[in-house]
Amino acid sequence: MQIDAKGLNYKELNRKLKEFILKDEAKEIDIVNVNGHRYIGTGLESSKAIIRLHGVPGNDLAAFMDGTSIFVYGNAEDGVGNTMNAGLVVIHGDARDVVGYSMRGGKIFIKGNVGYRAGIHMKAYKNRFPSIVVGGKAEDFLGEYMAGGIIVILNRNNEKHPVGKFTATGIHGGTIFVRGKVSEETLGIGAEIDVPNEEDLKILKELISEYSSYFQVNEDLAGLEFTKIHSKSHRPFGKLYILE
Amino acid sequence: MSKVIDGCGISGIMSTKKNLIPGSEIVTSIDSMNFRYNGLGGGFAGYGIYPDYKDYYAFHLNFENQEARTKTENYLYESLRVIDDEPIPVRKSELIDDTKSISWRYFVGPPRDIENTDDYIVKVVMHINENIPGAHVFSSGKNMGVFKAVGYPKAVADYFRIEDYSAYIWVAHGRYPTNTPGWWGGAHPFNILDWSVVHNGELSSYGTNKNFLEMWGYKCTLITDTEVLAYLFDLLVRRHNIPVEIACNVMTPKFWSEIKSDNSLKGKALQALRMTYGGAIVNGPFSIIVATNNFMFGLTDRVKLRPMVAARKDDRLYIASEECAIRSVCENPDLVWAPRGGEQVIAYMKEVT
Repeated sequence: MQIDAKGLNYKELNRKLKEFILKDEAKEIDIVNVNGHRYIGTGLESSKAIIRLHGVPGNDLAAFMDGTSIFVYGNAEDGVGNTMNAGLVVIHGDARDVVGYSMRGGKIFIKGNVGYRAGIHMKAYKNRFPSIVVGGKAEDFLGEYMAGGIIVILNRNNEKHPVGKFTATGIHGGTIFVRGKVSEETLGIGAEIDVPNEEDLKILKELISEYSSYFQVNEDLAGLEFTKIHSKSHRPFGKLYILE
Repeated sequence: MSKVIDGCGISGIMSTKKNLIPGSEIVTSIDSMNFRYNGLGGGFAGYGIYPDYKDYYAFHLNFENQEARTKTENYLYESLRVIDDEPIPVRKSELIDDTKSISWRYFVGPPRDIENTDDYIVKVVMHINENIPGAHVFSSGKNMGVFKAVGYPKAVADYFRIEDYSAYIWVAHGRYPTNTPGWWGGAHPFNILDWSVVHNGELSSYGTNKNFLEMWGYKCTLITDTEVLAYLFDLLVRRHNIPVEIACNVMTPKFWSEIKSDNSLKGKALQALRMTYGGAIVNGPFSIIVATNNFMFGLTDRVKLRPMVAARKDDRLYIASEECAIRSVCENPDLVWAPRGGEQVIAYMKEVT
């Protein structure tokens, strides 16, 4: 099944997509000429449907998504996986700002770089555990107010600064792993640098292997050294507004 | 139910070899983001559109009534040499309410005994905007013009027949006003002399910037924050001779925490600029595209609270709020990237033989 998005506005496209998935959710669908169409995959619940997007989807791709797999052959715009609950997003390009905003489940794999505030306010709850894996680098405010889940920055291009300023500002849960060294100055308030433990390495290995399978990676990414970033304590801001 | 909360959108296209870009391209680009706007403002600035009058200032005037036009013309003929004038050609449309708008253009030169002609032109513009009710100068640069109105950008383009013009730089704007009225003068681009600015976001520093600019003779009359940006660039770059890259640094300076302990010459210079030009620091979320006849650049606030994507293809530089605005007119760019917050993306005109 194929939909040509050319000439369709985002409402028309999303209506067509929803109709199709309601009819036969086991099938695969290709959408061609995607260019700036917003909210693709919003709220989709199907666990079986596979959507392939050819072009550049617009803001809030896979927002509130609760299942479904989306593969993007191009870059993505802002807000990929906004409040996503479950499912998979694989982007064969870069993603812009606020990737995984308030994401609480599912996985996002990005071949290239992400912009500002990736993973802002991600959270985990009971069996929900969100993951974001980035092949390149991240800009400022990575994992801002992060409360749960995992972010991996692979820095495959060996950038001098794999993460930007104010990384993990206000973090109080979850973990960020960055391939290579991260200097203390780039960290925001409440964050600290650590060394991955056995359990971390096991999770990392699985995520990297999944990343490699999507993007046909040949180099051995699992054998490299990672810096772990997490919150200084369980409730670093617990006393922020309490007069002592 | 159908109310969509969104934002302004901006787009700019430049040929660094001064190859002319048809107006239809910038219209396609800005219209590809039409879901961002709410129809309360759209506009375009084109550079290189008046080659026959390129040595004269092209005044684009908007009059709310005939009286405003008469008063303005009396003043213009007194204070300038008017070489030519004509109505700006428009295509009447139900989508653009022009019952209170007369668009007229004047090609003018300063009186012969004026020492600093640019300063003089700024004074003339300020005088009209401040003292003639219902008259506003939408642009005053050479070989360029601003076309703007209340409406969606596509409707504004149809109204002003943008497809009839070709330019080596185009910037465009679709508006979603948040804090100020949707009126013709509040549509973007904002212009003074050669400078045109389109802007997504809001300037929480507007009051400070406005007071600072008033000390230098600029009158903010258009009830929209973006106006200060055009005047700030004119003041810093043209009048104070600050290179445009450093002017951007003045407006989006490094954080004190980054420069306070830097004792190098550069560090001291950055500290001095912050202290000298405190009133020119631009705060709040913004992404802007700025154009003159010689360059085009994009700039966002320091923590990137508004979107910006740039691309290169051959002699072209593209800057836009969203990548779709670039891909709609350039399917396969050589390079696409997201500029960092507070870091300028600029291209200069190459020498054309």
